[in-house]
Amino acid sequence: MDTIQIAIAERVAEQHRHHGKALFFWVWGALLLMTAIEVYLTYQNMQPGKMLTILLGLSLVKAALIIGYFMHLKYEVSSMKWLTMCSVVACLILMTIFFFPDAFRILYLGVK
Amino acid sequence: MADSAVHDIQSVYEPSLFGTYSKKIGMWLFLLSDSLTFGALLYAYSYGRISTEGWPTPFHSESIVNATIMTAFLLTSSLTMVLAVRASVHGDAKGQRLWLLATMLCGTGFIVLHGREWSNLIAEGLTLPMFPKVPGREAASEFVNVSKTVPQFGATFFGLTGMHMLHVTLGVIYLGVVALRRKFIPILLVLWLVAWLATPAYSPFHYGAHVLLIGAIVCSIILWLKPKLYDSSDVEVAGLYWHFVDLVWMFIFPLVYLMSAKIL
Repeated sequence: MDTIQIAIAERVAEQHRHHGKALFFWVWGALLLMTAIEVYLTYQNMQPGKMLTILLGLSLVKAALIIGYFMHLKYEVSSMKWLTMCSVVACLILMTIFFFPDAFRILYLGVK
Repeated sequence: MADSAVHDIQSVYEPSLFGTYSKKIGMWLFLLSDSLTFGALLYAYSYGRISTEGWPTPFHSESIVNATIMTAFLLTSSLTMVLAVRASVHGDAKGQRLWLLATMLCGTGFIVLHGREWSNLIAEGLTLPMFPKVPGREAASEFVNVSKTVPQFGATFFGLTGMHMLHVTLGVIYLGVVALRRKFIPILLVLWLVAWLATPAYSPFHYGAHVLLIGAIVCSIILWLKPKLYDSSDVEVAGLYWHFVDLVWMFIFPLVYLMSAKIL
């Protein structure tokens, strides 16, 4: 790396030094807890549409925790957060537009 | 000059728009593109599911327990990965190496359990036309009709989870190179030989093991062309990749396994 890149990397490393270990263990515990809730719900024979909604909601929370804390995006500058999240969400919305017309068929097909 | 750049960045150059070094931005861009690959595969699986009547629910309680342990392995590997990054920024080389090795161990555990899951499903008849037939198991297989009546399930299931397993495998190799550098190449070759010789000829892992050989060759070339000591920025960038692999599994696990569970 050149001098400027080394300087930036050093500054980023300095930011990391201020994060305590405890926070990471809390996030890990929360992720395991949400996984346990997901598995518990599987054994409750819920209606598929409701089950899918809850599971996807929990997955989104888990994804946010991983991206925010483990991938450190919470501590990045605003432009980095917006670039990454807006671009990926925009692309996923485009995919959903193609998928959406059929998305509610799961409620009527009675998929077990 | 170098010291002034480190301690007085503002006076030397205009700060990066994204506030970080280019290697990390590059990895983020790669992960964004990769998320679309997995997004497309997840959509394909979901679309196949809602548009196909008689979609199989092949995951018994044993499979769910297995997949839950796999999830715990991946989540724990993410924790050990952030601890490796933390050790690296504190200049703790030994701690960095140990946490990276712990991450690799969890990743390997995930791959082994996933391989076992695949092997059980294949033995029960849930297979792809490209997979060799398991000798002597055709008649009694539980899912032999599923592969014929709902071929979309096998195609999307093996495509999605296979792509993820490939990413985990490459992640383990990546971390191995960062942690051990050249010393990892002979280890990787031994792992390739063990995986190749220990799996039966009809198993897709018999051929899949060659990923390790290809990885060893590519890593040898990279380490030969650009030998270097990996610093905290390299560990952080490798960590981003690893966490992404974990992140993707957070969607595969509920959508593929939990939504197709067969709990009696």
